Amino acid sequence: MKIAIGQGSCGIASGSKKIEEAFRRHVAENNLQAEVTITGCIGSCYLEPIVDIYQDGGQMVRYVHMTEDKVDKVVRQHLMGHEPVEEYRISKSGTDFLEKQTRIALKNCGLINPEDIRDYIKVGGYKALKKAIFEMDGKTICQEVEKSGLRGRGGGGFPTGKKWGLVAAQTDPIKYVVCNADEGDPGAFMDRSVMEGDPHKMLEGMIIAGIAIGAQIGYIYVRAEYPLAVKRLKKAISQAEEWGFLGKNILGSKFSFEIRINLGAGAFVCGEGSALTASIEGNRGMPRVKPPRTVEQGLFGKPTILNNVETFSHIPFIIANGAQIYRGIGIDKSPGTKAFALTGNVNKTGLVEVPMGTSLREVIFDIGGGIKNNKAFKAVQIGGPSGGCLTEKYLDLSLDFDSLSKVGAMVGSGGLVVMDEETCMVSIAKFFMDFTEQESCGKCVPCREGTHLMNEILDDIVNGRGTKEQIDMLMELADTITTTSLCGLGKTAALPVMSTIREFQDEYYAHVVEKRCPTGKCKGLKRIEIIVGKCKGCGLCLDACPVNAISGKRRQPHVIDKSSCTKCKLCIDSCKFDAIVEI
Amino acid sequence: MIYTNKYMVINGEKVPFADEKNILDVVRKAGIELPTFCYYSELSVYGACRMCIVEDSQGNVIASCSTPPVHKMEIRTNTPILNKHRKTILRMLLASHCRECTTCSKSGNCKLQTIAKRFGIDEVRFDKTEKAFKDEYPIDDSSMAISRNPNKCILCGDCVRMCSESQNVGAIDFAFRGYEMMVCPAFNKPISETECVSCGQCAAVCPTGAITIKNDVPAVWDAIYNKKKRVVAQVAPAVRVGLGELFGFQNSENVMPLIIAALRKLGFDEVYDTSFTADLTVIEETNEFLNKLERGEKLPLFTSCCPAWVRYVENKHPELMPQVSTCKSPQQMFGSLVKSYMKDKYQDDDRETFVVSIMPCTAKKMEARREEFITDGFYDVDAVISTEGLADMITEAGIVFKELEPEAHDLPFGMFSGGGLIFGTTGGVTEAVIRKVIQDKTHTSIDNIKFSGVRGMEGIKEFEFPINEEGDAIRIAVVNGLGNAERLIQRINSGDVEYHFVEVMACPGGCVGGAGQPFGLADKKKRRTESLYASDKQTNLRHSDENPFIPPLYEGLLKDRVHELLHVHYK
Repeated sequence: MKIAIGQGSCGIASGSKKIEEAFRRHVAENNLQAEVTITGCIGSCYLEPIVDIYQDGGQMVRYVHMTEDKVDKVVRQHLMGHEPVEEYRISKSGTDFLEKQTRIALKNCGLINPEDIRDYIKVGGYKALKKAIFEMDGKTICQEVEKSGLRGRGGGGFPTGKKWGLVAAQTDPIKYVVCNADEGDPGAFMDRSVMEGDPHKMLEGMIIAGIAIGAQIGYIYVRAEYPLAVKRLKKAISQAEEWGFLGKNILGSKFSFEIRINLGAGAFVCGEGSALTASIEGNRGMPRVKPPRTVEQGLFGKPTILNNVETFSHIPFIIANGAQIYRGIGIDKSPGTKAFALTGNVNKTGLVEVPMGTSLREVIFDIGGGIKNNKAFKAVQIGGPSGGCLTEKYLDLSLDFDSLSKVGAMVGSGGLVVMDEETCMVSIAKFFMDFTEQESCGKCVPCREGTHLMNEILDDIVNGRGTKEQIDMLMELADTITTTSLCGLGKTAALPVMSTIREFQDEYYAHVVEKRCPTGKCKGLKRIEIIVGKCKGCGLCLDACPVNAISGKRRQPHVIDKSSCTKCKLCIDSCKFDAIVEI
Repeated sequence: MIYTNKYMVINGEKVPFADEKNILDVVRKAGIELPTFCYYSELSVYGACRMCIVEDSQGNVIASCSTPPVHKMEIRTNTPILNKHRKTILRMLLASHCRECTTCSKSGNCKLQTIAKRFGIDEVRFDKTEKAFKDEYPIDDSSMAISRNPNKCILCGDCVRMCSESQNVGAIDFAFRGYEMMVCPAFNKPISETECVSCGQCAAVCPTGAITIKNDVPAVWDAIYNKKKRVVAQVAPAVRVGLGELFGFQNSENVMPLIIAALRKLGFDEVYDTSFTADLTVIEETNEFLNKLERGEKLPLFTSCCPAWVRYVENKHPELMPQVSTCKSPQQMFGSLVKSYMKDKYQDDDRETFVVSIMPCTAKKMEARREEFITDGFYDVDAVISTEGLADMITEAGIVFKELEPEAHDLPFGMFSGGGLIFGTTGGVTEAVIRKVIQDKTHTSIDNIKFSGVRGMEGIKEFEFPINEEGDAIRIAVVNGLGNAERLIQRINSGDVEYHFVEVMACPGGCVGGAGQPFGLADKKKRRTESLYASDKQTNLRHSDENPFIPPLYEGLLKDRVHELLHVHYK
């Protein structure tokens, strides 16, 4: 029997280390014939801690929301009594979440032990590498990847095979493979999951890329905020070296390849190609002008393949199964699958990998189980701070690179933040603008100054200081930022504001004209008022107010001076007649 | 120009191009001055100001500085879309920019002001008044040469690239991110505590008043107004071919006779020329060189005229200091010599001598304050003003420069040879030394030196020069720009090259391109150089030995005091 405990960052955060200890203790104390092991994140983060028990017959029983107390019962009843504890098992809704997905990048996540290379090999790992080394050459690999139609999963959607071919065609004898693992979008964590749950898959993809272009060194640029991913990558690299998949003369061939890890210091802009390579080189992480492109002069001025974790994780599948089978998944212009991080006001949050072309409705409602607390769907922010927000009318839109860019959104790295009817769209726009303003590197004028100005204007609007003209100003600034910024971060920085103004103009106007937040979420727009009919003029509120904002004669209705009121609500607590309300 | 079939269509007109690296250069060649804040053809492309945008035939907006020209490509430089974006970018910059134009030393010469005016920006659309009038960052006045006011910085990065790419100093760089970004020395230390060499090239390229040259003009006025001071001016060679540009002499003509007239009108008591001590430098440095050569001491001998270069060696290559000539720079030779001379000459006069240097340079301001150049508690040179500083004084006094009557120098320190005069450009020191070394001093022989390879604006020039009939030759390198100097040092250290004599000037082009000069790119520096060579050709004294006032000096004042007055050992 095998007990696999989900230990991605999400599992650990919800206490799975303790669950693991408990199982180990019980197994030892009761001298059970069971192996306790770990696995990565299965994707159903909302169900963590998750424990899978593989019975000797091969059948697997999945327990969710585990606690130490529940472990006792599982051990007694299931491990010792061979009777699964039905009430702790994953529900139909839980299995639906997973069964409705098609997984390539995340296929092994949550199923294998990421810290044991044998687990990866058992499920077919490194077969593609063997094929690439012994049956293919650089040219045929590039051709196969190009035929597969794979497009970069990091945001831009550039055809991967074409990129590899461009690098392979460069005459410089030194080339590099760089993996962008600097996943910085708020709410996106699929790359982290792959690194924590199935690190060998991306390594295999990178090594194959090395063969494709004739590179000897690969770099993984991973954010320092992902310590577990870094630990597992390091372990995976040393195991791959031990097994001869990495290092000198891989599998006895003439091909040698090493992979180095570089930690990013947390700048979002370092996800941009030229800023990322600058950062690896030890320079300030700032995008540079192109041309030359990264494929011509990338890392250390050498031709470089730069793809993200998810893209590299598709490579072993394509090489092992062939381009045709890969093309059978997804749609013509965007073949394959895409992982999305589903978060926000949705019932089931977590990682969802679906074929390209799946509709938003299927992802949010069929897989994600719809909106929390039976509220109405309002919008979904796709592509993080660089993306746009899509409303109900786009629910049947096909999720693929081209359809999304047509409606002013983007796949981006795949963050899907679902918002319900009680979400204030101006605040959401402000949240993302805050993020991009802080993450702008500061190099080009439109992004540095423009995002700051937009953020200040949004600050005015959510705090009741906004004017109608400021909405025009926002659009004016957004236009110039989008058109003239130097890099992708700047060019997309204004998208959340532009799309929310487009879709929710009334909400903006309510903020600036009526000085009211329709959802009541903007604190700055709330005010405390005394209802004239209810106020008896008792004077209790007047005494309670710490800033003397309330005035009025005894037995006559009191009034609040809005300019000095700090909205502390002490008056509301003091009133015995419910005459003071926050609106 | 190289013959080419390639052309672009700019605003409907065909414009040929050859090896231009970007569309911007082609557009400028076509006579259209696209606005830029961060583009200098001599530095790498940074692409941050986004003002140089153009529109292609598909309506795409592209930055012309960072897009290579393509044959038959059609672009427009002035469309409603471009105009709108340029204005918005300017308004973004102006939203939080300091608005104290009337009291800004850069006013009238500020690129931000000029371009904003050009685009008719007459209102502050995005009002961040509280930021515009608040000096968030302290002003760094720690350097003798430059002043840093980060509040006026628009982050174009010109200074950063100049300091690292051209000068290999890297005293300043970007720090912080986004709206918090600023240009500052590492750990925001005062600039005087960095490896800054005071070359001032950062200030020369700064489009706004964020880095400016220290203004020592008030001290000069004070001295002039003070009846107890005898104010003596020395004018460096390059000043005479730069100053005129500010008063309508567009061909960088030598306006020295007018400068002399102006200085007298301003109230200077005696007007001399740094070229005189340049002649002395030639004599001293040549002797030092020949002695070293004869004694088989370690060579090359590096020149010491440029204080920024000396500081660079002290900072980055202290091991080379013994190979740097012990000669004081001409400015400091002048200071110590003239002050001693005046003391002897005017024993009964209670006026103190106040030496004012008029220099194309900012490093001279730093040099004049070095402890090595203090005699009996007084600085050898009391104040250093730049070419632009002198122009300000002339303007302030209401002197109409162009209408002045030419005047001649005072003697003896106003006499100089052509050898001393050409110190103002790269290769000048070397050429003057060669003139002294060669035996055949006919006019033709001296004129022929220019074919040796010593002239020209290239960053590194290397050549051999025969010094006698037996065929002995000295190997010489002439360098301008500290980045080039570093490259040469690396090659010398690696043993790839060997030289006997190396001239280094910190500024690109030599002193004609000094940071105290009116701002100019390569073509302007070239014109100034040509103007200096033309004046040299017109002098009747071509080599420093011919200066008639020098031999009596060695007999008199300098007797037994050569080392004290003309040489220095840097501490």
